[in-house]
Amino acid sequence: MTDTLTEIGHEHSRRLLQDMIRIRVFEERCAELYGEQKIRGFLHLYIGEEAIAAGVINLLETRDAVLATYREHGHALLRGVSAGSIMAEMFGKATGVSGGRGGSMHLFDEATRFFGGNAIVGGHLPLAVGLGLADQMLGRHGPVTVCFFGEGAVAEGEFHEALNLAALWNVPVLFVCENNRYAMGTSLRTSESQVDLALKAASYAIPAWSVDGMDVAEVTRATQRALVSIRSGGGPMFIEFQTYRFRAHSMFDPDLYREREEIEMWKQRDPIATFSARLVEAGIATDEDVASMWDAARDETEQAVAEAEAGPLEPVDDLDTNVVAPTEVTP
Amino acid sequence: MTITDGSTSDSGLVEMTYRDAMRSAIADALATDERVFIMGEDVADYGGTYAVTKGLYEEFGRDRVRNTPLSESGFVGAGIGAALGGMRPIVEVMTVNFSLLALDQIVNTAATLLHMSGGQFNVPLVVRMTTGAGRQLAAQHSHSLEGWYAHVPGLKVVAPATPHDARWMLPSALADPNPVIIFEHSGLYNESGPVDLAAGPASLDRAEVRRPGDDVTIIASAGMVPKAMRAAEELAAGSAPIAAEVVDLRSLRPLDLDTLAASVERTHRAVVLDEGWRTGGLNGEIAASITERCFWTLDAPIVRLAAREVPVPYAKHLEEAAIPQVADIVDAVGRLVADTGGPT
Repeated sequence: MTDTLTEIGHEHSRRLLQDMIRIRVFEERCAELYGEQKIRGFLHLYIGEEAIAAGVINLLETRDAVLATYREHGHALLRGVSAGSIMAEMFGKATGVSGGRGGSMHLFDEATRFFGGNAIVGGHLPLAVGLGLADQMLGRHGPVTVCFFGEGAVAEGEFHEALNLAALWNVPVLFVCENNRYAMGTSLRTSESQVDLALKAASYAIPAWSVDGMDVAEVTRATQRALVSIRSGGGPMFIEFQTYRFRAHSMFDPDLYREREEIEMWKQRDPIATFSARLVEAGIATDEDVASMWDAARDETEQAVAEAEAGPLEPVDDLDTNVVAPTEVTP
Repeated sequence: MTITDGSTSDSGLVEMTYRDAMRSAIADALATDERVFIMGEDVADYGGTYAVTKGLYEEFGRDRVRNTPLSESGFVGAGIGAALGGMRPIVEVMTVNFSLLALDQIVNTAATLLHMSGGQFNVPLVVRMTTGAGRQLAAQHSHSLEGWYAHVPGLKVVAPATPHDARWMLPSALADPNPVIIFEHSGLYNESGPVDLAAGPASLDRAEVRRPGDDVTIIASAGMVPKAMRAAEELAAGSAPIAAEVVDLRSLRPLDLDTLAASVERTHRAVVLDEGWRTGGLNGEIAASITERCFWTLDAPIVRLAAREVPVPYAKHLEEAAIPQVADIVDAVGRLVADTGGPT
């Protein structure tokens, strides 16, 4: 156990814990704000799955590209989008990272190469292939496009089309499947004839494996291996991270399809609680360190709420903007 | 780029087929901009289903003339991603019929990204596809669904109807920062016409009067344009000659309502042609928009001549009956003019 943490590095380990806590605190607050009707529309929480975003995104470089789903607040936050601009987006403010046009499901940020916030399940996988293809065709060696998606996407045709294209063209894409076992209320075993998802990816001649997504150290180790290979021209890779969402699918979901015992069992494996204990036990962090991480995350979140509250609404007169980009002078 | 087809005249015009004009536009784009590549089903060795890309892969290689598997949603989405990554992809979707498998990418992604991202991510993507009926290919290969795409904010939709536009709308589409859908009617590929090689990129948002006339305006696009032109010739040569003005829409989104209204305000009569169905079709949008602007100058309600409300049948005589033909246009225009006092 300690060996793994040494391999990852103590400072990096503390950062992983801090980042998981940042997501947790931010999203717990989002749930409250939804209750207060400050946040509307759909709100999908990542609580329970934080180890995946923290493990993967902390290994990325600025030249890499990230695509995520509609459950992407945590990914955006760790990619470097400010908590204030994410919160403002959910408040529908002009100061939101997408100008208030996207909301919770559509966080986009050019500065950090964060390409959404995509809310058609499976729809962004082909985009990841195209981003990787652009890097390849433009002779940019080394950047990786990382594409997060849930296991529900595996049933979509676009998953299969995208993996086939990725393998055929040997593009530098890391496919990260966040298998939280339920596509809304439909469990994997009732929706897939083959529940071994890595096997599906491997059938496209893509190296693929399954990893414990509740253990941020394991997430880190697996991702490191994949990134080294992809950066050196090894082509696409696929990792399935086994995880669980502690909350319902969205704020509208009464969560009638999961047994209480099952939820409680997974909560025993809370990636934050278990990793905190490990770091304290290994002497990498003290209880006081962990407590201050929670305090810092609360400060960040409250600052974000204040910024979102203070942000202006976009004037309705601007409604027609950003539908088509202004045409440049034709050559 | 060397143009080998046709003969150059002093005015810089050459006679080319629509197919050759489109091919030379693609070749020129590949030769002048390294970010441009074309991908689609059988665009390389096969030369494209309609032979538009014939010979290009030998010149530009398989990376830039890139065959794809039969994965319309996958490779259109990859085109969007490549555009986001700095390329200028031309995606050939074999026909509009198969583009329905890529509707998610075109409508949910290409058309929305700029807006959803608050103006951060535009999608400089060109998607080409054939459209239309007339070759006895039956219901699943004969759709005219341009109007569906024209419905969607965030897209630009064009339908070059002449070899000149086939040559010069593509470079404009590639220079445009938005997703542009180019519809090529499959019946046009063998049509020849003058192409001005010195003209340069053509507008993507303007209609054009193809034949002037004072009695009635015939509004057409894509494969309906040559039919409208032939109908106008017949009407002019009749015993009671009618001077029909033919307006080629060229752009289906945005619609150039100024040009349409200017014509109808002069002629006071309009017939809108559409190879697609009438119900919910673009023809209804055009008729309504002109009526809003020209109601008091119209001599009669605008006439719509669209496809019959059936899936396009295989049998030749039934297919011909299902979509507007030259005789139908002559008949409809003739009746409209006769019923409203005859030609001026």
